[in-house]
Amino acid sequence: MPRKTGGNIKDLLFERTTGAFAFLVLFLAVLLFAVLLRESLPALRKFGASFLVTGTWDPVLDTFGAAPFIYGTLISSFLAVLIAVPLSVGAAIFINEFAPPWMKTPVSFLAELLAAIPSVIYGLWGIFVLVPVLRDGFMKPVTKYLGWIPIFKGPVYGPSMLAAGVLLSIMIIPFILSVSREVLATVPQRQKEAVLSLGGTRWEMIRIVIGQHCIPGIFGATILGLGRALGETMAVTMVIGNRPEAILSLFQPGYSMAAVIANEFTEAVGDVYLSSLILIGLILLAMTFAVNLAAKWILTKMVARASRGI
Amino acid sequence: MKRTIAFRRKAADRIMKWVFTLCALLVILPLFLIFFDLLIKGAKELRLTLLIDLPHPVGEPGGGIANGIVGTLVITLMTMLWSVPTAVMCGIYLAEYGRGKFASAVRFAADTMTGVPSIIMGIFGYILLVLPMKRFSAWAGAAALSMIFIPVVVRTTEEMLRTVPTTVREAALALGIAQWKATLRITVRTAWPGILTGILLAMARIIGETAPLLFTALGNQFWQSHLDQPMAAVPLQVFTYAISPYEDWHDKAWAGALVLITMVLVINITARVLTRQKR
Repeated sequence: MPRKTGGNIKDLLFERTTGAFAFLVLFLAVLLFAVLLRESLPALRKFGASFLVTGTWDPVLDTFGAAPFIYGTLISSFLAVLIAVPLSVGAAIFINEFAPPWMKTPVSFLAELLAAIPSVIYGLWGIFVLVPVLRDGFMKPVTKYLGWIPIFKGPVYGPSMLAAGVLLSIMIIPFILSVSREVLATVPQRQKEAVLSLGGTRWEMIRIVIGQHCIPGIFGATILGLGRALGETMAVTMVIGNRPEAILSLFQPGYSMAAVIANEFTEAVGDVYLSSLILIGLILLAMTFAVNLAAKWILTKMVARASRGI
Repeated sequence: MKRTIAFRRKAADRIMKWVFTLCALLVILPLFLIFFDLLIKGAKELRLTLLIDLPHPVGEPGGGIANGIVGTLVITLMTMLWSVPTAVMCGIYLAEYGRGKFASAVRFAADTMTGVPSIIMGIFGYILLVLPMKRFSAWAGAAALSMIFIPVVVRTTEEMLRTVPTTVREAALALGIAQWKATLRITVRTAWPGILTGILLAMARIIGETAPLLFTALGNQFWQSHLDQPMAAVPLQVFTYAISPYEDWHDKAWAGALVLITMVLVINITARVLTRQKR
């Protein structure tokens, strides 16, 4: 494809010019990490590792700890994955294995459109439609009969960890769905046909072949969805309730790392306050980075295995 | 006995088929619910004045989001003006010359940036431009958005260029065209519809981004012709109106959301139609 530029000055110039732009992109990424690290140093120096486990968030005393936000981010994201994965995998199996050909494109197109909706619109819809429906249709009756279970404890306000989890699940479904479909498509056709030809039903074919073949890939898709959920800002800010406390009940308001940055950044007077918010951003960045890297690693291994035809 | 086992297996097959169908229905149901609510609740306020008037103070009837629409277009244009050439050139480098450690580092950087939460790009714009300039500005907003735009377009450009068959490149070179000319006029042009699709999809995404603008462009109640000053944007207006306690602002939020989703979908669907024609 590319050949060595044999002394042609214009060719060399073109290569160098495109290379300069490539360097610019690399530089931007490094700059992003560098400035975040530099600006979060004051908070890092003052609080150290205790920042991760302290629950005080007090601008007046200039004491900050990120524990409630980390907790809220993790719980709402895990909840989202818990809801989104079975639905997405089920829908992927439907589209790939059961849907008549004319239905495949429209259904996957509609699911992809979910990814195109801006997150502020999810938030708006969450505030005015999803939260009231969840509150009156699910949380109130559940607290009434199962309120003695810690995670269902009332009183019910509406904005809550559960609302954030449900809204997030809708937002990450298109990503998990499309990766799951790709993973399902890596199963060799002849293996599926082998099960069917032995008299297996389609469900048995799915359970045996896909079950043995696709678990790592679906796990990768799950991690990828988790990465998306961790960093989501607007929708979560609008429905999670924004209370800086780590509470076990899913029906109570919580807070997330992205949400506290969104809410307090412009009001953060004082260097330590601002620096603490930037440190939360840096931790969030590290979390999403690790999670995305893990997902990519799993999925690459999966594709490599599929190409060897195992 | 044999018959009951066969029956059970068939029944399980049928039940699971319905379970999977139900999953697919549940997955696309929210899309219809959201569109339905947007249409019903957004249409209430959707008048011409919404598109041509400035926001009015609370309690005063009427008013619009005209400054936000213009602001969104201006910030998007500013972002693309420098991000499109940067991203496409970087994509060309990766596809045509991209081997070795430097290219893998660039690829890894672009991949990493696509996974970074958009609010962090807002912090980046704040530190890089708002702090030194000592004011929120459209520039800072565009800087934050370009951090989202560039990595996506870099990767799609590279992928699209890689789909161009080697034979096309060889044919061009065999005719004696200089390599750089062949790359621009033959390879890039062949892949252009795909690259354009990537650009449009990334554009549709940054038009709806809110978090990176919260503390860069900040928003504004008035017309703003200075790019070094705070500037309004539709997503910011939707957010402000939605979390306000006022009923008439809630209506405005829905109307603004309807305008926003229309912009996003028009670009998104145009992009998809372009790709389909190519195939």
